[in-house]
Amino acid sequence: MHAGSNVSELAPRAVPRAGARHWATSARTGGLLALAATIAALPLVLVNNYFYEVAILVGLNAIVCVGLNLLIGYAGQISLGHAGFYALGGYGSAILSGTYGLPTVLSLVTATLAVGVVAYVVGRPTLRLKGHYLAMATLGLGVIVSIVLATEDRWTGGPDGMSVPPLALAGVVLQGERLWYAVVGVALLLAVWLALNLIDSPAGRALRALHGSETAARVLGIDAARHKLRVFVISALFAAGAGALTAHYAGFITPAKASFMHSVELVIMVVFGGMASVFGAVVGAAVLTTLPQLLTALKDYETMAFGAVLIATLVFLPQGIVPTLARRFARRRAGGRGER
Amino acid sequence: MGPRSSIGAVGRGVAAALATLLIGGGAAAQEPIRIGTFLSVTGPASFLGDPELKTLELYVERLNAAGGVLGRKLQLIAYDDAGDAEKARTFAKRLLEQDKVDALVGGSTTGTTMAVVPLAEGASVPFVSLAGAVVIVEPVKKWVFKTPHTDRMACEKIFVDMKSRGFTKAALISGSGGFDKSMRAECLKVAGQRGVEIVADETYGASDTDMTPQLTKIRASGAQAVLNAGFGQGPAIVTRNHRQVGLTQPLYQSHGVASKEYIKLSGPAAEGVRLPAAAVLVGDLLPADDVQKAVVVGYRDSYEGKYKSEISTFGGHAYDGLMLVVGAMKSAGSTDKAKVRDALEATKGYVGTGGVVNMSATDHMGLDLSAFRMLEVKNGTWALVP
Amino acid sequence: MGGQWLQFVAGGLTAGAIYALVGLGFSIVFNASGAINFAQGEFVMIGGMSAVALLATGLPLSVAIALALAVAVIVGLLLDKLAIEPARNAGTVTLIIITIGASLFLRGLAQLVWDKRIHVLPAFSGEQPIALAGATLLPQSLWVLGVTALAVAVLSWFFGRTLFGKAMLASSYNALAARLVGIQTRTVLLVSFGLAALLGALAGVLTAPITFTSYDSGLMLGLKGFAAAMLGGLGSFAGAVVGGLVLGLLEALSAGFVSSAYKDAIAFLVLLALLFFMPGGLLGARRIERV
Repeated sequence: MHAGSNVSELAPRAVPRAGARHWATSARTGGLLALAATIAALPLVLVNNYFYEVAILVGLNAIVCVGLNLLIGYAGQISLGHAGFYALGGYGSAILSGTYGLPTVLSLVTATLAVGVVAYVVGRPTLRLKGHYLAMATLGLGVIVSIVLATEDRWTGGPDGMSVPPLALAGVVLQGERLWYAVVGVALLLAVWLALNLIDSPAGRALRALHGSETAARVLGIDAARHKLRVFVISALFAAGAGALTAHYAGFITPAKASFMHSVELVIMVVFGGMASVFGAVVGAAVLTTLPQLLTALKDYETMAFGAVLIATLVFLPQGIVPTLARRFARRRAGGRGER
Repeated sequence: MGPRSSIGAVGRGVAAALATLLIGGGAAAQEPIRIGTFLSVTGPASFLGDPELKTLELYVERLNAAGGVLGRKLQLIAYDDAGDAEKARTFAKRLLEQDKVDALVGGSTTGTTMAVVPLAEGASVPFVSLAGAVVIVEPVKKWVFKTPHTDRMACEKIFVDMKSRGFTKAALISGSGGFDKSMRAECLKVAGQRGVEIVADETYGASDTDMTPQLTKIRASGAQAVLNAGFGQGPAIVTRNHRQVGLTQPLYQSHGVASKEYIKLSGPAAEGVRLPAAAVLVGDLLPADDVQKAVVVGYRDSYEGKYKSEISTFGGHAYDGLMLVVGAMKSAGSTDKAKVRDALEATKGYVGTGGVVNMSATDHMGLDLSAFRMLEVKNGTWALVP
Repeated sequence: MGGQWLQFVAGGLTAGAIYALVGLGFSIVFNASGAINFAQGEFVMIGGMSAVALLATGLPLSVAIALALAVAVIVGLLLDKLAIEPARNAGTVTLIIITIGASLFLRGLAQLVWDKRIHVLPAFSGEQPIALAGATLLPQSLWVLGVTALAVAVLSWFFGRTLFGKAMLASSYNALAARLVGIQTRTVLLVSFGLAALLGALAGVLTAPITFTSYDSGLMLGLKGFAAAMLGGLGSFAGAVVGGLVLGLLEALSAGFVSSAYKDAIAFLVLLALLFFMPGGLLGARRIERV
């Protein structure tokens, strides 16, 4: 727990071990299918547009979290400024399509890629830092982005934000929650599939080696800086894409989307759901997006209740929800086969 | 087989539980008239949302005690958006789709209001906003109305007062929030028309605690008066710093700080500060024949009687919003949304805490410059400037 | 022009002293647990709000302040016992999230126990500004600077000369070795939280007459205190003080000479540049890892 030793101890070692590889591979397709089934079946319980709205927001947050989880859970880094990438993606697409009249799909893709470039440029010096210094640096970057977005009102509309044109796909304007649900569902499946692929690729294995012990990994010839930067950029791309999608869905964007609090919310979702678990990120996003909607019944007690839930969950399930539950089920199954 | 389907099962179970919880909350009886509100009860605009919510709750209770509206009880469904525009949007959707409200009265800030405008327009539901910026009703939107005076009116009132005291050069100092920026832009626009030149334009951050640098620069600018377009705690700090730095030029504040809180926070430095505000703050000082006197004193007595804390103009705006909607329902004789909207637009001569309201197809706010009174802080309390 | 410059410096130092106190709290807890306590800002809020509430019951100011400090210390101890200790074997990120949960909890509680309005404390010795070479200083600013200096002096004595203080330092260098020589790391953690809460609450009561206090005033101050501790080098006490003062000055001078809209951004930019080129902070922390 002391940062005297290797500081990539920022995230607990929740990576699957060699003997568990069979489980991991089948989880990939099985989990993806389960997610697809859930997304397809969910409309049965979504009775009105408000329910769809919550589901869409869950999906969008999940996309960001899946990317952020790659950075925090698998690569063992931390970012307290990821909301900055999210907001830059959203504002980028808003400005390109709203102010400059670019077709919205083009502006979305361009903005996302542009943020990727920014992440590359910014990531090179930043990722040389470790632990709390990295946290502070990412925090600072996020705050700077949010200040610039709020101040440069000629471009961004200032603190009250700007409106964003709706997304148009091949001439068809995407209106309505049901259509958007489908779009976000597909985007989420794509994001999860990409993340799973990355984790099982040689790059992903290098990442996990790095997380385990950076020194050992470098001794084996793994270029730490390059891999960390790659994950950083990928997670920024996920965030920017989700930010752009959200901007077009909501029809507006405000600088609050780049705030420190938003970055913290994203990190909480990842940690809560379970670090180093792609599906954990989805679960974390789902729980923490819907929880405030449920807690409105508590009115004045809402903030307190939210804080208490956070503390209690992490004290009792320090690895996050999904890994802890998964471990319990694996143990039960392994006990039946006489392993471990 | 272990984890994967259990994850799916957990997911499905959560969705089902969610649905029950959320539907259970919304399946109220069809009988009551539902008024939906989303307010910034917590967060940076909480001093707006908190009295607004309290006012709405108080008067819904009173109206129900007096027999309700059109023979039906009123039901207030309230959500706290904490000043976040996206949360406001989600809650507005909830109010419209899930809680199926008959009208919306809410939106403490311009940001949260503007996020909800497309939803109200799309759902064809009357929406009375409690926020300040002129952009809410200009250009006029069919279903959107507002009760507070616009920031442009505040600027004009202040400049008129400055001219009457012989000031032609003013310094502007404003914060970084939406209200501040909007009012600053309006003031810059109308200053010239009112014969005042802006010789300095300083800004501060919303959570800044020391504005002496900016005021020091203003001291050197040759301004004859200082106008602080802001709300929250910033203006109180500006007021104190203004005294501390030794500025003798008179200080004007915006209607955003029209509450006793501001005087308390600013301490003795508030003496002599002027600001435009609705008559609701000075009920006792109004002459007996003032058309607003009864309404204003009545509101103050009810609110302070129940909550034991002082009124503000913001709660007053909520009162006006609610009464306008209720009045429109009564005059339309139904809660049919289109009829209520038409009745709202036809409001004439409604006497509220903010002034006398006369709406029209081109004016969805209905107040003019006379609805603003110029107040000055004297001996730690408000005084009317004749 | 000279008066202007001096005015900026005076304002900057006053704000900086507050950041220093908050930053000290961060460093103390970091030394004891390796984690960043994001609830540190809430201690400032609790100090200020408790003092306001106690004063309203009719107690004299000095008693209200003393009791407010006690309240904050108790909250700090409870925070350690209920939220930090049970999770002390979790990873650092988890601990950070727990402290964030705690800060939300405390903020929600403050909302209910007190209210959502902004409050002010009376200045300790009057409000008459003191004119000094073209600048004006509030007597309260002198209190802030003076008490901060005193607190720093007392802390240096505590950590440098008392047995327990030295034990605390020892366990921050190497927890295992400290335990081997019989130092109770659990107690060290407890005292660290109490101390951090005391410092935060002190900052809160000192600054409430100038900057006001409300249930959510902890967030921004916590962030700035964290930045101050980082600037000076996380874990270094002198660093937190220097970092705080430098941060305050940087903000005031940027607001005065460059742009008041961007002053926070400038402060963070400088911090970032510092982290890239001097990753140990201004005074060089114990643990720097850089590739």
